[in-house]
Amino acid sequence: MTTKNNGGRRLAPSSSQNLLKSISPWVIGFVKTTFTVLITMVGLLCVTFIIGRVMPIDPVLSIVGEAASNETYQQAYRDLGLDKPVITQFFIFLWDVMHGNFGESLLTARPVSQDLIRVFPATMELATVGIIIGIVLGVPLGVIAAVRQGTWVDHIARVIALIGYSMPVFWIGMIGLMVLYGKLDWVAGPGRLDIFYVDIVPSVTGMILIDSLLAGDMTIFWNAVSHIILPAGLLAYYSLAYISRMTRSFMLEQLDQEYIVTARVKGLSETSVVWRHALGNVKVPLITVIALSYAGLLEGSVLTETIFSWPGIGSYITTALLSADMNAVLGGTMVVGLVFVSLNIFADLLYKVFDPRAK
Amino acid sequence: MTHLLEVKNLSVNFPTRNGVVEAVRNISFSLGKERLGIVGESGSGKSITGRAILRLIKKPGILTADYIKLEGQDLLKLSEREMRGVRGHKISMVMQDPKFSLNPVMRIGDQICEAYQLHARVSRKEAVKKTIEMLEAVLIRDPERVFKAYPHEMSGGMGQRIMIAMMLIPDPQILIADEPTSALDVTVQKEVLEIMDKLVRERGMGLIFISHDLNVVSAFCDRVLIMYAGRIVETCRADKLSEAKHPYTQGLLKSMPQLERRVDRLEILQRDEAWRTAPSISGIVDVEQA
Repeated sequence: MTTKNNGGRRLAPSSSQNLLKSISPWVIGFVKTTFTVLITMVGLLCVTFIIGRVMPIDPVLSIVGEAASNETYQQAYRDLGLDKPVITQFFIFLWDVMHGNFGESLLTARPVSQDLIRVFPATMELATVGIIIGIVLGVPLGVIAAVRQGTWVDHIARVIALIGYSMPVFWIGMIGLMVLYGKLDWVAGPGRLDIFYVDIVPSVTGMILIDSLLAGDMTIFWNAVSHIILPAGLLAYYSLAYISRMTRSFMLEQLDQEYIVTARVKGLSETSVVWRHALGNVKVPLITVIALSYAGLLEGSVLTETIFSWPGIGSYITTALLSADMNAVLGGTMVVGLVFVSLNIFADLLYKVFDPRAK
Repeated sequence: MTHLLEVKNLSVNFPTRNGVVEAVRNISFSLGKERLGIVGESGSGKSITGRAILRLIKKPGILTADYIKLEGQDLLKLSEREMRGVRGHKISMVMQDPKFSLNPVMRIGDQICEAYQLHARVSRKEAVKKTIEMLEAVLIRDPERVFKAYPHEMSGGMGQRIMIAMMLIPDPQILIADEPTSALDVTVQKEVLEIMDKLVRERGMGLIFISHDLNVVSAFCDRVLIMYAGRIVETCRADKLSEAKHPYTQGLLKSMPQLERRVDRLEILQRDEAWRTAPSISGIVDVEQA
């Protein structure tokens, strides 16, 4: 024993070596992650570029219109750099994107990057509120369904999830608007704010809930809450269906493990066994499920955004696509790709926090 | 003094689609401050017996018994809440494989503290102190480090010692050891058994040692119950195991290789259908005799 202790102390002075040892996995991890992100993003750039070229859309025509003269057409053709070799075009595209320049949108006549800065926070706000409600309700629902497996509680949870899966979002959305807004007037209607509140608080994050809190304007905050609650609830219901089903199956798997018997042998209550021991082990696989759901919501739900006139990225990309606004489509695609990659990295980080075996 | 534990006519049945599986059939036995071995092959109902004492039979299993008395108190009459006060606090259990029986995402120290604080109203600080003491008692070398470690960082032998520490920290009267060494290397087995044996003796506890290893049981127990197909077919003193009369026990003994005597071909156990249906032998010992 004593010799061992001495051995341990002798190591202590060379702490610089220890420090290096403890830091280096993080550095390596960071470099690796950065590398992965770079490769993925370059790949995504290539794909979007190719899609932009092979789409059977004439970008020149959609700018100058059908009635333009030949000279105007040629002028626009050269302005877009389409007369250069494809490879040169690619590097120009790469250069522009790296400088945050996605070109101008035809529809809004503004730089696409500015449009994205405007529409993405709207989607992010909606998706975040949606996923939070989805987690807060979906996880407990799944846990309870697993604990009461085969009873009426389980069946009700299954029906709730099934409806969430199978009902068309636009239908539930319209009915929700009709009943809760039209008839009962419990919530506000489409849009992010009532018209007379728009553009009052300064835009800091682009998310009105946060901006209004920053400005300390509670009237606008509650108005925004009233507007977001229905579409966010709709998205939440959709993700809740998925999250609760996955939680249930993860829980059933964990409740069958030996350490659960150990916990019961100790004399722990069912509450502790389920919520502390079993759910503690479910957290890790659940991160993936939640990250994927959240990424799906961040992509923008076109139907929800359309019904609720929500100026988000989903409806932005769709409108751009329908009017052959390729710059907007490519810019939007890049943002969605970036969101997916960053969420994946975030999920990986959370793994390391929650699962001691992943270190 | 009465027995620590007395079990009368215990049965455990599992209804399945193809009829009822009778895992344990009408067995009776008693336990004093002794080390009782339960031996039998896989599926003989020995593990189920251990779990039945703690009333931890998984659904849809059905547990019936005339009584399961712990110091004269019938455990079957307790509510689930009262039963939780018995588990860990009075009767505890060490399971087969520490790889699976420890929670992988909780620190070892927290798991042990949890077991202690559940039954002893003490501060966290005291619980930590007691946990470190307990880890030392099971001969863990660096208890402060192990306290903060996670189960996957431990070897099998260490894991099982941690399990023993966790199960003994609330000072139970009875420890059920359900094949505690069968997942361990032979070299580690003896070490773990000796630690467990020492602690159980020091505390004057009753031990139910469930195993399929006749050598281990005869070396570490005072008395042995032999189970076959959910019944007790024979009961004897552990040191008299070689004089066992039941053909099943004899068959088990004969099918073990021995170091002293050269045997070219081990005998194969010839089963008799009559063993299956024969009534269970009582494992209850008169108090005077015990």
